[in-house]
Amino acid sequence: MAFDQLSDRLQMALRRMTGKARLTEKDIEEMMREVRLSLLEADVNFKVVKSFTKEVKEKALDEKIIKGLNPGQQVIKIVHDELKNLLGGDTAEYAVKSDALTTVMLTGLQGSGKTTTAGKLALYMRKKHAVKPLLVALDVYRPAAIEQLVTLGQQLDIPVFEQGIDAKPELIAKAAIAYAKAHGHTFVIFDTAGRLHIDEAMMDELTRIKNTVNPDEIFLVLDAMTGQDAVSVADHFHGSLSVTGSIITKLDGDTRGGAALSLRHVTGVPIKFMGLGEKLDALEVFHPERMAGRILGMGDMMTLIDKVTDNVDEDDMMTLMEKMSSGKFNYNDFLKQLKMIKRMGSLGGLMKLIPGMNKVTKNATIDDKQIVYVEAMIQSMTTHERKDPALVKRSSSRRRRIAQGSGRRVAEVNRLIDNLDQQVQTFKRMSTMDPSQIDPKNPMKNIPAQAPNKRKKGKGKNRGGFRF
Amino acid sequence: MGFIQKLFQSKKAKQRAQKYRIGMEKTRERVFGRLDELLAAGAPIDEPLFEEIEEIFIAADMGVDVVLSLVEHLRNTVALKRIRDAASLREEIVEAMFERYVQGDIVDTNLDVDHPLSVLLFVGVNGVGKTTTIAKVAHLLQAQGKRVMMVAGDTFRAGAINQLRVWSERVGCDFFDKPQGIDPSSVMFDAIQKAKATDVDVLLCDTAGRLQNKTNLMKELEKIHRVIGREIPDAPHETLLVLDATTGQNGMSQAKVFNEVTRLSGVVLTKLDGTAKGGIALAIKETLNIPIKLIGLGEKLDDLDYFDIEEYIYGMFSDLVT
Repeated sequence: MAFDQLSDRLQMALRRMTGKARLTEKDIEEMMREVRLSLLEADVNFKVVKSFTKEVKEKALDEKIIKGLNPGQQVIKIVHDELKNLLGGDTAEYAVKSDALTTVMLTGLQGSGKTTTAGKLALYMRKKHAVKPLLVALDVYRPAAIEQLVTLGQQLDIPVFEQGIDAKPELIAKAAIAYAKAHGHTFVIFDTAGRLHIDEAMMDELTRIKNTVNPDEIFLVLDAMTGQDAVSVADHFHGSLSVTGSIITKLDGDTRGGAALSLRHVTGVPIKFMGLGEKLDALEVFHPERMAGRILGMGDMMTLIDKVTDNVDEDDMMTLMEKMSSGKFNYNDFLKQLKMIKRMGSLGGLMKLIPGMNKVTKNATIDDKQIVYVEAMIQSMTTHERKDPALVKRSSSRRRRIAQGSGRRVAEVNRLIDNLDQQVQTFKRMSTMDPSQIDPKNPMKNIPAQAPNKRKKGKGKNRGGFRF
Repeated sequence: MGFIQKLFQSKKAKQRAQKYRIGMEKTRERVFGRLDELLAAGAPIDEPLFEEIEEIFIAADMGVDVVLSLVEHLRNTVALKRIRDAASLREEIVEAMFERYVQGDIVDTNLDVDHPLSVLLFVGVNGVGKTTTIAKVAHLLQAQGKRVMMVAGDTFRAGAINQLRVWSERVGCDFFDKPQGIDPSSVMFDAIQKAKATDVDVLLCDTAGRLQNKTNLMKELEKIHRVIGREIPDAPHETLLVLDATTGQNGMSQAKVFNEVTRLSGVVLTKLDGTAKGGIALAIKETLNIPIKLIGLGEKLDDLDYFDIEEYIYGMFSDLVT
């Protein structure tokens, strides 16, 4: 898809109206068309898109011009803010009853991730709110569903209440409450069977469970990849159960997750948590701001930051930084750095998370193989050469040998040498800066400009720049 | 005689179509019922009408790009053929969808299971219904006289192996597993050795659900695929992407990435008995030329059918035809 990012789309529309100090109603209408398409591509339901663009258009017409933003950016800002508001304003922390038993019921379609979420939620609540959780297996239909929950319980060391597959779910639920009270559990999670929202008999079962245990919270668990049908699902579940909140799962995928907006629009209840992976600690409080950026395809800085912090060993990083600032950075460190980057997944995928990088990645295809080539070149160096970059820099015969050993060209080895130099240079400039002067909104602003590039363009030795 | 009538004149076709009709009833009522109203005889063909048609297709998750070009095509056809009556637009819509799906080819939905030992690999993201689909396919192939063995390749998710085991007992077919947590490629390797030693005809290989942007998991899948191909040339004979009909535009990304890693031979569209339409599968066929082979229409063993574009369209538009 050529223009699947809202910012790209708006830029296209803007090209037709450059030079205007203020946008006319017609201009805004044209931009709203792009907003509409972008939201539809993110799987926001078309009815929700309709009412949303109408509101944004009115806001955009009223808006004064904000200094420093061009009209396109301004529209994006309005859209982003409005999305964030619709998704629930600020992050809401979860509240538990401190004295008594809190009960939570998880509902949703088949395969939305209820059982995994039940395990995650139990762990989360135990960690953050020091509750004593109990998991209750109410899925008596899917083969081995109970076993799945029991296994999760064992992994987390959280007890699971189950009565096999022959008992009625509402009766199991009732017995579970009694069990929880008798054994001092303070937080009970009911894992119900997945069902279609139009299956009346199964929906009735949920109502019976609800009436029996009268849960404090009823969560609708929804797959982030859900398409236009999210509206219908949310409508039915909310209609028959009056859910109190929702949980969006599988947000660690690359879906833009417009279903979250549809869900929120239909039910009006807050989205409380988001599931971010198969590991049992991959559950977080929902962040409307992050979600808004994601739906708009504006890149997700937060996810990037999370990814980096998850995969980078802090000690390793500190050693690397020390080495860089003292100018002792060598090829061994370079190799280490590459490994860290590799652990975070494909470079292209990583770049997409950075706002504004979408366009860059589109034009210059980032070749993950480059990393492999660089590794091969470094591995073709002797241990001495790796420790002392100057050796390679001085001797053309060494460079030729490395090129031959790694199956790359000498020019590429030269670029690698430049690249190492550049990294050290950049880091030296950064480390001489006063941290208090860094503008949090634009951290790169005060970094002194790079020394003019002396390299000549064209082909031949030492020409052209090394690009990842 | 109109195009649709021609498709459904044989009695047998009508009977098969009946199953789609029931399965897709909700789809039809909720989405295409509106189209029916819209195209009531006498309505003028104008821009608002095209916009409404556009929305109806978007609501079916067919994807913005595909829908825009389809509606553009309709606009041109209307101008070219000088169609003035909205009612006759119905046929144009059905015909356009049909042509865009088959793209001049003969779309074969039969599974390639006639080798001495055929291997079918099932892949997809989490929670789409891979395990249930395998049970249904096993049931289908056994009815055709094949000896089937299920291979529990999901060694990651808790309870996955037993879920498949229970199904194999219900279907009454062979079952192969190794302990949880073991490298799935080794499960495939051992299963193939065992199948070679017995007279099993078809291996149905389950895999753990994985999101397509998880590099390591996709590498693991690549290895599974490679190991199977090394043991039996040309295997897996089918690699089927199991796709949840409720999936939106992400389905395209799933198809693209899984296709790069495992060369998909087809799509299984599950959960079509809900209100979702699975329109993204049509977009996948159009963009990547990966056909939909099977559809899941419920939780029972025989709630599986070969995909038939004619019946699918008929299921969507049957109210318009009669």
